[in-house]
Amino acid sequence: MYLTKEEELILAGEYGYALQKAMEILVALGEIYGADRLIPIKSAQIAGVSYKNIGDAGIEFLRDFVDAGAKVSVYTTLNPAGIGNEEFMEKQREILDLYKAMGIEVTSTCTPYYGANIPKFGDHLAWSESSAVSFANSVLGARTNREGGPSSLAAAIVGKTPNYGLHLEENRKATVIIEVQAKVKDFVDYSFLGYYLGTVLKNDIPYFKGLKPEKMDYLKELGASMAATGSIALYHVEGETPEYKTAIADKLDKIQVDDRELKEVKERYNADWNEIDAILIGCPHASIQEIKEIAEFLKMRGKPLKMPLFITASKVVKYLADSLGYTEVIERYNGRIIVDACLIVSPIESWYRGIATNSGKASFYFSSAGLKVRLDKTDRLILEAP
Amino acid sequence: MKVLKGRKITKGKAKGIALVSQKPLSFLGGIDPKTGIVTDAESDIKGESVKDKILVFPRGKGSTVGSYVIYQLKKNNVAPKAIVVEDAETIVATGAIIAEIPMVDKIDIKKIKSGQIIEVDADKGDVIIHEK
Repeated sequence: MYLTKEEELILAGEYGYALQKAMEILVALGEIYGADRLIPIKSAQIAGVSYKNIGDAGIEFLRDFVDAGAKVSVYTTLNPAGIGNEEFMEKQREILDLYKAMGIEVTSTCTPYYGANIPKFGDHLAWSESSAVSFANSVLGARTNREGGPSSLAAAIVGKTPNYGLHLEENRKATVIIEVQAKVKDFVDYSFLGYYLGTVLKNDIPYFKGLKPEKMDYLKELGASMAATGSIALYHVEGETPEYKTAIADKLDKIQVDDRELKEVKERYNADWNEIDAILIGCPHASIQEIKEIAEFLKMRGKPLKMPLFITASKVVKYLADSLGYTEVIERYNGRIIVDACLIVSPIESWYRGIATNSGKASFYFSSAGLKVRLDKTDRLILEAP
Repeated sequence: MKVLKGRKITKGKAKGIALVSQKPLSFLGGIDPKTGIVTDAESDIKGESVKDKILVFPRGKGSTVGSYVIYQLKKNNVAPKAIVVEDAETIVATGAIIAEIPMVDKIDIKKIKSGQIIEVDADKGDVIIHEK
């Protein structure tokens, strides 16, 4: 891999230990994946934030890195944090403080594109949360590989990433055509579709025909569910996403998706209300439009929920919800907007037996953690819950 | 003496006893960072310690947090002396760099047996087997 003179000096340790280690990581990954050079990135989004995930090993590494003077050189935000008992929260705060000490904006969200970290078409990024990666690549037309925590941190520090994978035009072409014949109209339908496809596709780049997503949130959920059950980091939707016109290169295999396939997912997650202790909306983190919709359904319901309703969102969206009056409505009906955190990366299995959600991604992870799951439309969750 | 030619991932040299796993390894949840003992129930080297061994396996798997576990093994003085794999991927490569463990890839690991004394010259990308 070609390195500039300055990059060589960083690698040789002329700019200190932290930059040297970061550069070593980037160069090693560049060599492994056959990159020709490093390219500048516009922003980074770092995974490895929840104490449940990175544990004491991660804290130790971050602390040593901070002590060595590590600082990010591009706009950088974080993945959602976890929630837990007092001891957990103390460790969680320590992790956030360490990231902050590196100059990172401590907004911890899987939807930075709702205001905290907004890429534009063609921007090169080093993002790591799987649904955020999918959204940035597919819906915004920015370019990022699925980074791991340390590699996105290394990229944030150096301000560059190796030029391979989805940074290259030729690797962004569709590899399979999905003909959607099923009725896919609502948010949860996109969960079913994404969930199903993640389980049947491999490292594919799907090209959807026959999809007319009414809202951007639906594309967010499609990508999130596909990235959770599979490893899809980019998809195209005919007539909708920014790169679809140049996405088809060769003769491609076609997969038809009917209502029957989606019904299988639906039936897998139909736990009864008496097995459910809480409702979660906001996986990936809710947009202000989703929060507005929830507030309206709650008013329609007219009486408070018996079980807690958790809505996870970024700080930016929460402030908007506060100032527009939605937070007040939600709290009146036993709902709560949880900021910058994620229930999936929290020890949720020790608190609840069953969760109802509209998210395919959340369903997959909650069920893996041993919880009962009900996956349903937002309005039904709110109007039909006890 | 037999020399296997591979590719440098992380610089450095080491000599020690080979511990060979035929299956991919997950560091997060698969190895105890305090003791260096392999705990993954599906692993063919379950119960073995990686401490001071030359750890040989096809590739890493599992969460990218595994990189931090490799770092913690090193801090706890129970890390392998070197890592030899068939295909390097992000998790193990990053872990080896931050923990400063010499690492080589593109090696046919079937040619190495557990218990053999081997030398890793990561700078050259070589693995040298001293036949028993």
